[in-house]
Amino acid sequence: MSDATINTTSQTGEAGFGDYFALLKPRVMTLVVFTAMVGLLAAPAPVHPMIGFAAILFIAIGGGASGALNMWWDADIDRVMKRTKGRPIPAGKVQESEALGLGLTLSVMSVVMLVLATNLVAGAMLAFTIFFYVVIYSMWLKRSTPQNIVIGGAAGAFPPVIGWLAATGSMSVEPWLMFALVFMWTPPHFWALALFMRSDYDDAGLPMLTVTHGRPATRRHIFVYTALLAALALGTAFTTIGGPVYLAVSVVLNVMFLLGAWRIWGRDEAAAELDNYAVERRFFRLSLFYLALHFAAILMEAVLKPYGLGGWA
Amino acid sequence: MSLKVTHELHQRRFGRNVGLALVLTGFIAVVFGLTVAKVTSGDFEPPRATQETE
Repeated sequence: MSDATINTTSQTGEAGFGDYFALLKPRVMTLVVFTAMVGLLAAPAPVHPMIGFAAILFIAIGGGASGALNMWWDADIDRVMKRTKGRPIPAGKVQESEALGLGLTLSVMSVVMLVLATNLVAGAMLAFTIFFYVVIYSMWLKRSTPQNIVIGGAAGAFPPVIGWLAATGSMSVEPWLMFALVFMWTPPHFWALALFMRSDYDDAGLPMLTVTHGRPATRRHIFVYTALLAALALGTAFTTIGGPVYLAVSVVLNVMFLLGAWRIWGRDEAAAELDNYAVERRFFRLSLFYLALHFAAILMEAVLKPYGLGGWA
Repeated sequence: MSLKVTHELHQRRFGRNVGLALVLTGFIAVVFGLTVAKVTSGDFEPPRATQETE
């Protein structure tokens, strides 16, 4: 009997390559890669394609490393939540110590390589991002404050700043506008998710806004943050990274996003349950396009600039 | 009874080894590419060259 048990454990316990890759949160990495790339290409400094490619790669690996460290730290709550049960550690495919080892190794490697490929400032910002996501967000805020998503959203907002720094080596206002876009977008995005992933956060004992302040307050918060985000996104159109293309895209997206947030605010749980949170799900899906298209528009303005078409000039 | 040579576990290990080999090869290629890019873009110009122009 015990032999059979040992045999079963060894069969399910040995991870494949894909399981280690899943530790890096590939879906989050796509956002990191895209926003970092836009930050790098929108910067007013030409970058050698190989150096640009390497910079994006190491920023992505740094983001992935922080994902692995987050999975190591959050393994206990990941086991409870439906959404995260299938992750490599709760599924029993990867040991917690392996995730920690992989996360630390890739963190150091990505920072050192980014410094060597680009400059010290970009490397330092990547190191700070990993620290912020793992220590400030995962270890400290996530389990202690309902504003966890608001402040934690900053971690996901740093990549365009790192991309910009990798290209220029110096700080300016524009990358922080891109930072602010992601930062302000994160709360409505995650609160919509928290509304329709109903019992997940309650079961895990996480102080999400839906748990601590209730669902009507969350709906109100989504609308307020969406209104602030709309003002910021539209205001960005009139800066050096914006332009007519960005403005057109932003107007359409913000009207749709505000409408979605308004509908979420205007209904209660009974109405939401009737259609299985269709409005909240639609808003969540729209939020993915919202951010991607805003950054695509910034990229478009940057690409058109050398031809005298991008921006307002 | 014959012993099955390629167990599912072996396949998984093989996949992991191939994956790691590809990652390491890719890393070498990136470092090599970076080196070429840095050298050809003049990042490592010896200081003597500037003295000569003066």
